[in-house]
Amino acid sequence: MRRFFIFLIAGWSGFFVMAIELLSGRILAPNFGNSIYVWGGVITVFMLALALGYLSGGQFSRYDPTLRRLALLLVFGAITTIPVMLFGDWILEWIFDLIQDPRYGSLLSATALFFIPTAIAGMVSPYAVRLLVSDSQLSGHFAGLLYFSSTFGSAAGTIATSFYLVLYFEINQILTGLIGISLILGLLAIFTETSTHAPRPPA
Amino acid sequence: MRHGHRLKTLLALFASLVTTPSTAMTIIHTEKSLYRNILVYEEDEQRCMSFTRNQQTARQTCLSLDDPNQFVFVYTRMMMGALYLNPQPRNILIVGLGGGVLPMALTKMFPDARIDIAEIDPAVVKVAQRFFGFNPSPQVQVIEEDGRVFVKRAGKSGQRYDLIMLDAFDHEYIPEHLLTREFLLEVKTLLTADGVLAANTFSSSRLYHHESATYQAVFGQFYNLRVKLRNRIILAKMDGLPSLDTIKQRADALEDKLKLLGFGGDWLVPLFSTERDWDSNARILTDQYSPSNLLNSAF
Repeated sequence: MRRFFIFLIAGWSGFFVMAIELLSGRILAPNFGNSIYVWGGVITVFMLALALGYLSGGQFSRYDPTLRRLALLLVFGAITTIPVMLFGDWILEWIFDLIQDPRYGSLLSATALFFIPTAIAGMVSPYAVRLLVSDSQLSGHFAGLLYFSSTFGSAAGTIATSFYLVLYFEINQILTGLIGISLILGLLAIFTETSTHAPRPPA
Repeated sequence: MRHGHRLKTLLALFASLVTTPSTAMTIIHTEKSLYRNILVYEEDEQRCMSFTRNQQTARQTCLSLDDPNQFVFVYTRMMMGALYLNPQPRNILIVGLGGGVLPMALTKMFPDARIDIAEIDPAVVKVAQRFFGFNPSPQVQVIEEDGRVFVKRAGKSGQRYDLIMLDAFDHEYIPEHLLTREFLLEVKTLLTADGVLAANTFSSSRLYHHESATYQAVFGQFYNLRVKLRNRIILAKMDGLPSLDTIKQRADALEDKLKLLGFGGDWLVPLFSTERDWDSNARILTDQYSPSNLLNSAF
């Protein structure tokens, strides 16, 4: 059960990041257009955020790693996405007035809106590897399984968002759904961890 | 609707037959830009610019080599219907350059008019100058920028136009952020109190209903010019539409000028209609909801 949640969280985190990345292009377009450099800015910021997330996720995993903390990463990633809906328009408008060049405008906007939640999502994978690996012989095996779940989730998030979700829902409805699923999944994982640990009486 | 789709498929099939080199087609120039492949070719005494995608070509602009003044495309002729709503434009904005046919004709008709053109693709600007005789001047300026960004900034800086032409779509791909209520509202703030909007849009898919509802929501009643399944032009005016009688009078006054482009009021005026032939319950397109390309694809 614990292992199932770890893979599920990694997979969902991949889904979440790609869905947000695709929507971010949409969110920036009214202010900065749909030019190739707007996508360039978005992808740069997401890659940088993930890179930093991997680094800090690995560091974070050195201190008392638990499923509960992994689940909390998911929860924090969701919570830090909420400002995109609440203040997104206001922030974009402010940057639009501040910076004339749409290249740097979109780069700064993507950073302001998406860097923190994406970096937190990046922390999930290395942290999950630490939770799975107890034997260094099997480290490659688990890393492979984890990359699989996370990247498979990314593929699913990409196709679901671009093919179907945008056809039926508004951007903020999709964001709300993504945040909601992250919160539910995070809380479920925290709950199962406490319920499997709590009833264990001292021998 | 289903019938329309079948016809559309037939048309597409026909188009693919036509674009395969059955007639003598000479390719003059090809160019890869950041956004597309641009092809310039000559065929049947016409020089055309087309954007190729997946072996299919979609003609963007054609010039008659016999008489470069003549408008080859039905849609550009219909766009000129905007002049029946505003016969004397002084400040014009065109979103989407193509080969530059529209600004060249407008400059000839109104030498004093200022024309700004927003075109996202620098390669298109280059090809328009090299192969289609388009020339920027102090009066006619091209801004190489996304149309949405240009419109937003121009609105904030207090720029105003008495004629705006939206021509950024082709039959295969729509920049979705240029077909939302918010964008049209930004366009609206750019129009003078009696300004006119002309938009080259779609006519044959589910998108027709959504698009019509969106324009209706922002501009109220508009003249809807349709030719069979192919083209549809929306003409709107800030201070209300002139009556059909006024349209006819202005058509007569402009007759000599339009004849040089190869058509006249006898063809254009009967196309003017205010009939609502779309589903008025269609969901309005917004920045939050704009799956235009999915709505436009045949399924």
